[in-house]
Amino acid sequence: MNKVIERTMIVPNMHLLEIETPEIASKIKPGQFIIVRANDEGERIPLSVADWNSEKGTITIVFMEVGASTGALACLQAGDELATCVGPLGNETQIANYGTVLCIGGCYGIGSIYPVARALKEAGNQIITVLEARSSYLLYWVKKFATLSNKIFNITRDGSLGMKGHINRLTEIINSLPKPPDRIIVNGCTYLMAHASELTRELGITTLVNLNPIMIDGTGMCGVCRVTVADQRKFACVDGPEFNGHEVDWKEFLARRKAYMNEETLFFRKSAPKPAVHKEGKCQA
Amino acid sequence: MNDEKNPEKQSKIDLNRRDMPKQSPEMRSHNFNEVALGYTLEDALGEAKRCLQCKKPRCVTGCPVEIDIPGFISCIVRKDFSAGIKKIKEKNCLPAVCGRVCPQESQCESQCILKNKGAEVAIGRLERFLADWGASAGKADLPPKAKPSGKKVAIVGSGPAGITVAGDLILLGHEVTIFEALHKAGGVLVYGIPEFRLPKAIVAREVEYVKSLGVKVFTDYVVGKTRSIDELLKDFDAIFIGTGAGLPWFLDIPGENLNGVYSANEYLTRMNLMKGYLFPNSATPIKNHKKVAVVGGGNVAMDSARTALRMGADEAHIVYRRSHAELPARLEESENAEEEGVIFDMLTLPVRYIGDENGWLKEIECIKMELGEPDASGRRTPVEIPNSNFRIEMDAAICAVGNSPNPLVPSTTPGLDTTRRGTLVADQETGKTTRDCVWAGGDIVTGAATVILAMGAGRKAARSIHEYLTTGKQ
Ligand SMILES: Cc1cc2nc3c(=O)[nH]c(=O)nc-3n(C[C@H](O)[C@H](O)[C@H](O)COP(=O)(O)OP(=O)(O)OC[C@H]3O[C@@H](n4cnc5c(N)ncnc54)[C@H](O)[C@@H]3O)c2cc1C
Ligand SMILES: Cc1cc2nc3c(=O)[nH]c(=O)nc-3n(C[C@H](O)[C@H](O)[C@H](O)COP(=O)(O)OP(=O)(O)OC[C@H]3O[C@@H](n4cnc5c(N)ncnc54)[C@H](O)[C@@H]3O)c2cc1C
Ligand code: SF4
Ligand code: SF4
Ligand code: FES
Repeated sequence: MNKVIERTMIVPNMHLLEIETPEIASKIKPGQFIIVRANDEGERIPLSVADWNSEKGTITIVFMEVGASTGALACLQAGDELATCVGPLGNETQIANYGTVLCIGGCYGIGSIYPVARALKEAGNQIITVLEARSSYLLYWVKKFATLSNKIFNITRDGSLGMKGHINRLTEIINSLPKPPDRIIVNGCTYLMAHASELTRELGITTLVNLNPIMIDGTGMCGVCRVTVADQRKFACVDGPEFNGHEVDWKEFLARRKAYMNEETLFFRKSAPKPAVHKEGKCQA
Repeated sequence: MNDEKNPEKQSKIDLNRRDMPKQSPEMRSHNFNEVALGYTLEDALGEAKRCLQCKKPRCVTGCPVEIDIPGFISCIVRKDFSAGIKKIKEKNCLPAVCGRVCPQESQCESQCILKNKGAEVAIGRLERFLADWGASAGKADLPPKAKPSGKKVAIVGSGPAGITVAGDLILLGHEVTIFEALHKAGGVLVYGIPEFRLPKAIVAREVEYVKSLGVKVFTDYVVGKTRSIDELLKDFDAIFIGTGAGLPWFLDIPGENLNGVYSANEYLTRMNLMKGYLFPNSATPIKNHKKVAVVGGGNVAMDSARTALRMGADEAHIVYRRSHAELPARLEESENAEEEGVIFDMLTLPVRYIGDENGWLKEIECIKMELGEPDASGRRTPVEIPNSNFRIEMDAAICAVGNSPNPLVPSTTPGLDTTRRGTLVADQETGKTTRDCVWAGGDIVTGAATVILAMGAGRKAARSIHEYLTTGKQ
């Protein structure tokens, strides 16, 4: 159960993980997530799905190594087993023919926006893709996106590929299009989603974000994932994770995500007696 | 001969209810070991001998699963413990759990004939004594199983309701599979009730027991997500839903999403299921809060406050809108809490949480209450005293004001009716829901209740499911 088929580092610090889990693979839809524990003592962490193969019975995750739990995932090898892999959780992205949809991915969100873009394409939409990273060497799956996008924009902080800057270039991108997109979907780090929502609010374009609050159970039991959306309390794991970015209380959201920062650093230090070194995509710990 | 005219017989009535040894409050408020240590052999014999072996035992009427109480007590007197534990297990498959957490004072013990002398027999403690004896005596022989019926039953949720149904149906020859959303089986017994009140090893033992009977347990499996009830019905002949009441309520007051404000479910799950109390030697982080307010007055509130003290809080307060007399928690637990140093702020209701510049809880604004007229439940309604607002400094608040059923299963199962409170509609006697081949019981039907009531409902449902599987009649 939950056998690791592949785990590779696709760009520095960003890993692809393919897991054999037939029931989830036969059910999962774009925008949904799973919860995993790398081992029996591990914390439960939520991860969005980036791809799947229902015939092979596998799902694919793209994750960034940021702390202890993702660090443990980064040490997995083909053949290992995850202690927990539960899902599909959360609601799927509403797929319909909206006309033109602008899909924005940054960080792990480049992975998780991919199945969203693919399904929207299949539903007849024109897809415009915006990929964002610090530098060109951190961008991945650009070719995969090329095959389904009508147009791709890359933004890099250092200008090594595409436009130089960050998501603040979004307004320019939208203005360069023959007509504004009918809908925008953003996946990735909180800052990317919050900023993009701020920019598109003024343009009046519906913008959906895939929120990533702290979670435990993922079934609506603990309430740690609560977010304020349109002045109402929502549980991201069951009411989301996708919400209208213009309605999210971002200030509260950012504060809640940072709740355990000090403790996480402490555990990371304690749990990492020998730092894991990654060479050629393999963990050398 | 009439007892009153027989001073000798009357003097034989021993009114000395044996106390159970406990860890001292100073000691236990700093560790997570079990508070109550259990009867010694001597205590148990002394207590058992006090039972009058009534011909018409009233105590039995107070037990939701009708355990033969004088029967098992007389086994203790005879020191035939294995017969005693068998007697209990005829009716209750989780005696080590019930002996610890049943609200005995309002159930079996409240009906004991010696109650009016202020010395009811300590039935729960004796039940625990036998269960613990049974566990330490090693593996008992497995009970005989009926021959395979070829029928398959799926059980959704591994709380006391689900475990009871599984244990009953497997012995009747059916194939039983439990699906549990979390990564450990046991329901509230593992993720809610703390280690110091119900050691997790005991719950694990009970789960292992049903597994040893042949019950298959799939954890990390969310019914309604991984598979729906309708999909399960393609592979199973009958389904029992025992998903509990896991959806936490909040007060709906400003500031409730500040950091440092938790639902009791989150706080207790971090501690129990995720072993947060071992942090930083466990992976799931937990804050060291110094001043903690727990809002509510039930068992869940007491568990949260006592856990906070053990985590090193200088002060843990119970903030409750009614008075001491209305506390819904078990008496034993509120007394334990008080002994350990939990502070009770009665007739107090939070109206606003106030945060610091980083979004962390700093203060709670409360209002004073007084008791008005009795409401429908007979309890006096708390009424706000105008202009009595005041603030208390707190760096954490734990909201323990109740739970309702999780809508995940009902909302993904067409034809499964719910009440306005979100509970499933099910027949009281059989647990039959409004869907063919689907039964339900426990907190999902009653709303948050007790372990023994969940087990009782499980037992009735198991009987009805068995009848359906053998006769085809629903
Ligand atoms: C619905 C959802 C989908 C997600 N999808 C992905 C994904 O596809 N790829 C990916 O790399 N990351 C994803 N995340 C974020 C991922 O869960 C966190 O990066 C991970 O939990 C960090 O764990 P850690 O122990 O390695 O780091 P930590 O040291 O624990 O924390 C590092 C950072 O992660 C945040 N974090 C910690 N615990 C959690 C938690 N239980 N849930 C969410 N955030 C947390 C903290 O706020 C902190 O800023 C997703 C989160 C959610 C809620
Ligand atoms: C902190 C606390 C203290 C308590 N103290 C006491 C006490 O002292 N005495 C007492 O008698 N009672 C006490 N109770 C109440 C008692 O624990 C419950 O009444 C009892 O556990 C209910 O049993 P259940 O089987 O109906 O549900 P639960 O024990 O809630 O179990 C339900 C199970 O179903 C699982 N589940 C939910 N949804 C799904 C799904 N979609 N798919 C798969 N699985 C699912 C859940 O994860 C859970 O494991 C306490 C409760 C709490 C929270
Ligand atoms: S199961 Fe509970 S109510 Fe019944 S005898 Fe035991 S302690 Fe009493
Ligand atoms: S009512 Fe009390 S004294 Fe009588 S049988 Fe029951 S426990 Fe014993
Ligand atoms: S993660 Fe617990 S309620 Fe959403």
